[in-house]
Amino acid sequence: MIAQVLKLFPLVVIVFAAFLLLAITLWKRNSPAKLRDIPALTRLYRMLGLSVEDGTRLHISLGDGNLLDARGGSALAGLATLRIIAEKTSVSDMPAIASSGDPLLGLLTQDTLQAGYQAAGVDEMYSPTTGRVTGLSPFGFAAGAMHISRNEKVSTTLMLGQFGPEVALIADSSDRDSITMIGASDHLSGQAVLFANTQDALIGEELFAAGAYLGAGAAHTASLTVQDILRWLVIATLLGGAAIKLVGTI
Amino acid sequence: MRVFTAVIAIATGVLILLGYFFEPFAIVQTLLLNWAIILASVAALVGIFNLITVHMDKIRRGEKGSTYSALLVIGLVATLFFGILLRPQHSAMQMVLNGIIIPAEAALLGLLTISLLYAAIRLLRRRADMMGIVFLVTATLLFLGSATLPFGDIPVIGTLIRPWVSQILALGGARGILIGVALGTLTTGLRVLFGIDRPYGGQ
Repeated sequence: MIAQVLKLFPLVVIVFAAFLLLAITLWKRNSPAKLRDIPALTRLYRMLGLSVEDGTRLHISLGDGNLLDARGGSALAGLATLRIIAEKTSVSDMPAIASSGDPLLGLLTQDTLQAGYQAAGVDEMYSPTTGRVTGLSPFGFAAGAMHISRNEKVSTTLMLGQFGPEVALIADSSDRDSITMIGASDHLSGQAVLFANTQDALIGEELFAAGAYLGAGAAHTASLTVQDILRWLVIATLLGGAAIKLVGTI
Repeated sequence: MRVFTAVIAIATGVLILLGYFFEPFAIVQTLLLNWAIILASVAALVGIFNLITVHMDKIRRGEKGSTYSALLVIGLVATLFFGILLRPQHSAMQMVLNGIIIPAEAALLGLLTISLLYAAIRLLRRRADMMGIVFLVTATLLFLGSATLPFGDIPVIGTLIRPWVSQILALGGARGILIGVALGTLTTGLRVLFGIDRPYGGQ
């Protein structure tokens, strides 16, 4: 009986989070979002406008995350950000280029880019070659992404998704060409490498905040609030568990 | 059409989710995941086609670096052709794998070591703040503590500080980051499940 209840506990958490997400989305629908300052995302917002003005590109790299495993979440967060960037930069002479290291993610990248162009009302300007699968292994993908940063008049490289240590090669290549780099990975070694290689790295769950900071809508802002609520619940559970264990040993 | 794709995606997501918790849905879950794996394999072919299209376009326009693009297309088409003709187990194909692909990736791994060292050296120029200093000091202590030396571990650093930093401080921090990532993944997944974010089916 207890085993069955424990098995259903994750479902209870999911339903609770879903309820919170919907309720807070409806609640915050008409109120402006109040967000703390994240320098990397402020810089990204600024670079979006600058790239359109000075005729350079944004390169959005979504990593080599597989959508069929548990790490697909970061890729989906990257796609949500790509959708907004595509819409904002679609009218530029130098539209944004997106790269990925997974074919399934590559297909969704192209679809997301097209959706951004459609939303901006310039569907005819969309080119399928702006969404690219640059390689099917981590290093192959990194080598292809380096090539884009170096040869396609890129001013900012945004790396959002699953990256391992190989991201250092992309970061190093971008740095040599004085390209602004903003990076986030759900992989611990990737995060450490990005912290050392980029001016502004996004750490941990900040990866999932990009949409809210770029104005993706109330649902994205509500997601951040839900994450905060759940985080406090996790902290309370951990502290409570530690306290119970401590009392048990006394 | 867009509503139709959203309904299919949401229904599929819900069925797969329920499959983790209720036995009757597990069969449907397995079936749907098998379909997804087949579709992912087809997507690999589409990905290769995309790669060829992009590089052919570069060659046609004579863009910067188009020589590399030409080499890539020739290599890709030749490997595909001979791979189908001779089969991947053939000694010639194994030679391509062991003599070109693996050494090339190993070379990139070697370059990575240099890149990381270079990044560590320049870290303070890029981030002259408290976190940059903490990062560099921690990395240095861990390097010193892990180094293989003729006289064994460095006293205190190798025996006390390194295990404490890596097994207490770093592990605690890593767990905190992973919990944050898991919560972010949960809310992102829910947005896709509700059809708020739709990375499929156009606008």
